[in-house]
Amino acid sequence: MRKAAVVPAFNEAGSIAGVVAEIRAADPELEVVVVDDGSTDATAELASCAGATVLRLPYNLGIGAAVQTGLQFASENDLAIAVQIDGDGQHDARELAQLLAPIISGEADIAVGTRFAGERLYRPSVARRIGIALFAGIVSIIVRQRVTDTTSGFRAMNRRGIRLFAADYPHDYPEVEATVLVFRHRLRMVEVPVAMRQRETGRSSITAFGSLYYMGKVSLALFVGLLRPRPTAG
Amino acid sequence: MIETRLTLVAAVSVVFVLGAIIELIRRHRLQERYALLWIATGTVILVLSIWRQALHGFADLIGVAYPPSALFMVAGLFVFVVLLHYSTVLSRLSEQNKTLAQRLALLEERLGDRERPRRAA
Repeated sequence: MRKAAVVPAFNEAGSIAGVVAEIRAADPELEVVVVDDGSTDATAELASCAGATVLRLPYNLGIGAAVQTGLQFASENDLAIAVQIDGDGQHDARELAQLLAPIISGEADIAVGTRFAGERLYRPSVARRIGIALFAGIVSIIVRQRVTDTTSGFRAMNRRGIRLFAADYPHDYPEVEATVLVFRHRLRMVEVPVAMRQRETGRSSITAFGSLYYMGKVSLALFVGLLRPRPTAG
Repeated sequence: MIETRLTLVAAVSVVFVLGAIIELIRRHRLQERYALLWIATGTVILVLSIWRQALHGFADLIGVAYPPSALFMVAGLFVFVVLLHYSTVLSRLSEQNKTLAQRLALLEERLGDRERPRRAA
């Protein structure tokens, strides 16, 4: 059973080699696919040297498109399972087994690692916590299932999940919309409590000004998404 | 007298703009499909600025006391529609652009080409 770890990376030369090595150490069966999202530093070369398959986007497309590219790779190569892990070292590869368990057992199509559990190493600012809780609440109502963290980019999925996201994945700040998408396509999702670390290098993609855009964009997408007809099962 | 001057200024400007649009199409720098909305905009403004009764009638209809204001309103509305149309064009282009870049990355990986020329920064 072929499975891959999709690692979106934009200018993560400082951490990418370590992340790749860590994933390989945690699960030698995982093919590590680094999606270099138009980095201007040595991210692609370092990832390649560390033993990863590298998909190089010709210019920066944003996290959503980068993740989708990795999942398109998984889809084209008919991989059974894909795990999405950030390239900045925020996600702990030692949690991979836990995240993969519900997928391997067939209990769920998508498993999301949520950070509000485990070792509590991750402490977001008050503002960010409110934002996360707000969207988690809204999404929970929309999908009629308790969702605690809609911002996590640490996810494992089976073929159904890979196929869905390879075909349709939001552009930027994708996680909230992606969660709703999963339910609308009637895929089963579970949350797995995992420990997350503070970022090793680089900065969060969400800046102070970006938060406003984030709130507006995601709210609009959620609202308009509700106006779309439900996709037919399949 | 204000209206006569306005008629003149509006008509001359619109004719100039329409001429520029035709010239751009002729030089293949503007595709017909994107010129049509501009030509429609120009034509409506031209007609309303020359055909006084139509402008007055329209101003009465929508409750604008000063007919030239109605002319500007119509022009503004058309420009708004054109811009909205361009936003949809832009969205479609960026979607296609994304797909193209993704296909390129996947195909390049399949080629196994590690020595492709360095991209421009």
